[in-house]
Amino acid sequence: MITNSRFFNRSELVGLISLVLLLVVILPLTLDIFRLNLVAKYLTYAFVAIGLVLCWGYGGILSLGQGVFFGLGGYAMAMFLKLEASSAANTKIQSTPGIPDFMDWNQLTQLPFFWKPFHSLPFTFLAIVLAPAFFSFIIGAAMFKRRVGGVYFAIITQAIAAILTILIVGQQGYTGGINGITDLRTLLDWDIRTDHAKYVLYFVEVAFLFGAVVVAQFIRLTKLGRILVAMREQEDRVRFSGYSVANFKIFAFCAAAVFAAIGGAMFTLNVGFMSPSFVGIVPSIEMVIYTAVGGRLSIFGAVYGTLLVNFAKTSLSETFPQLWLFGLGALFIAVVLAFPSGLAGIWADNIQPRIDRLFASRGEKSGNGLIADGAPAE
Amino acid sequence: MLIGHQPKDFLLAVSGLTVSFDGFKAVNDLSFYVEENEIRVIIGPNGAGKTTVLDLICGKTRATSGSIQFRGKELTKLKENEIVKAGVGRKFQTPSVFEDLTVFENLEISFPRGRTVFGSLTFQRDTTVTGRVEEVAEMIFLKDRLQTSAAELSHGQKQWLEIGMLLIQNPDLLMLDEPVAGMSVSERAKTAELLNRIIKDRSVLVIEHDMKFVEDIAHKVTVLHQGQILSEGTMERVKNDPKVIEVYLGH
Repeated sequence: MITNSRFFNRSELVGLISLVLLLVVILPLTLDIFRLNLVAKYLTYAFVAIGLVLCWGYGGILSLGQGVFFGLGGYAMAMFLKLEASSAANTKIQSTPGIPDFMDWNQLTQLPFFWKPFHSLPFTFLAIVLAPAFFSFIIGAAMFKRRVGGVYFAIITQAIAAILTILIVGQQGYTGGINGITDLRTLLDWDIRTDHAKYVLYFVEVAFLFGAVVVAQFIRLTKLGRILVAMREQEDRVRFSGYSVANFKIFAFCAAAVFAAIGGAMFTLNVGFMSPSFVGIVPSIEMVIYTAVGGRLSIFGAVYGTLLVNFAKTSLSETFPQLWLFGLGALFIAVVLAFPSGLAGIWADNIQPRIDRLFASRGEKSGNGLIADGAPAE
Repeated sequence: MLIGHQPKDFLLAVSGLTVSFDGFKAVNDLSFYVEENEIRVIIGPNGAGKTTVLDLICGKTRATSGSIQFRGKELTKLKENEIVKAGVGRKFQTPSVFEDLTVFENLEISFPRGRTVFGSLTFQRDTTVTGRVEEVAEMIFLKDRLQTSAAELSHGQKQWLEIGMLLIQNPDLLMLDEPVAGMSVSERAKTAELLNRIIKDRSVLVIEHDMKFVEDIAHKVTVLHQGQILSEGTMERVKNDPKVIEVYLGH
């Protein structure tokens, strides 16, 4: 009777194991720390992509403003790190020592009130989760209770991303402006700039990523996951089955926002700065493209899609810097037209049946050949 | 007419209900009453406002004025999901089932438990749920299709599935919008049989064009015309009403 008796079914298990092998064994062994740090940067977007699988793939809510939440998480982390880097000893040449350097350059003479709580790491962690949850709740409640959805919702989220970017850039003294918050040094006196720290942070991030995968999978398998699918198809039927559709949409949107914010915080830790160029419209849309390429109904697909597009972006933009954006646009159009279920769809249609045959004929031996090339899985 | 009765005797009391869309009154000062365990059929020509009446009762459309009392509760002030919780179930004209989900999952979603966000996160598929789902699936002739995705069902089976989804809600008032439209003759007979079985212990409000089907099931018929009641009573009486023959049955 029960269709999903196991937490991960076989094809998901293949996806999970190959992803673990890829991220925990293969990449750290084959890449130097510079490249591995790039992978860490890509994976921060995978958090956003996993959130979009729930919100967009399952719930049908297209948000073109996930950069906002990525930014909220990233800035919260950056504010803590910046305050730690701006100790009185480090900033004694400033006219006001003890405040972040960009504030000093902008003639601020004391720390703004909303920066003060970020001296505390527990508060920062809370803020990383609660600030985006609260902000997305406000946006979600304002939109979904009024039955704003579809394209209109997407446009509004995009507008919010634009507004937040303008705000950050404009309020230079409080936010670091267009440069963002840079020159981050230590986390509780532990230098995050060394190669060793980068390795540690990479593995911390991978652990969090698998945590996110498990949480997303849990949500997907509960009745709430099925209601999201139901809502995407027949909103009225869900409403007239006794559910408050708006509340479920708010939940999906908030969950995606929190995932994105954790990714943002990881970005700050791994990359060492945060700036408005990860908040605005363009990064927000790119994050949707990662999800679309990976397959918007597949949690693992989202991770593989993010990695693949970013590898392509790095290698293409190193060789043809002018052509990259056209390439990205073409990729998105190609995916939407030819492979609406993304990599995960290609996997499910072409590769999965062969593995099933392999399993059927050879018993439970292995699926080793699939792993090395970052095989997308459902 | 029934006006003047105590509304509390009725399961559903609609009085003075009006809705106007940009000045056009789709439903105009409509009053009618449905008793416990009554099967009421609403008939009328196209554009008479039949579907709008159901939309108003279930909260899909907001009334301009008038009141809808259900067991003493004023439905015009409640949200759609609150109206469902009060005990009103609604089936739409075109079968609206969740095609990406299985028959089992479709029925399970309609099971009246865990309807809040956190309730649905902690919802457990226990034996009460599976038992009830299987029981309803048997009633709607889909017992051996429980693991089929709803997209693969025929039109008639989708209609049954949606009726099943309402049954599992166990509403006191069941509203069906053209339940046999587009069905084959044999499906139609099965649906009539199904409806006759599920109407026990509840009231049913049906919109239907198929006069033979109406005759089979109706206790009482309300004829709507231009948003107002043209005639009301037993099928026999309505059929012989000259006004009804002129605007509706005569064609």
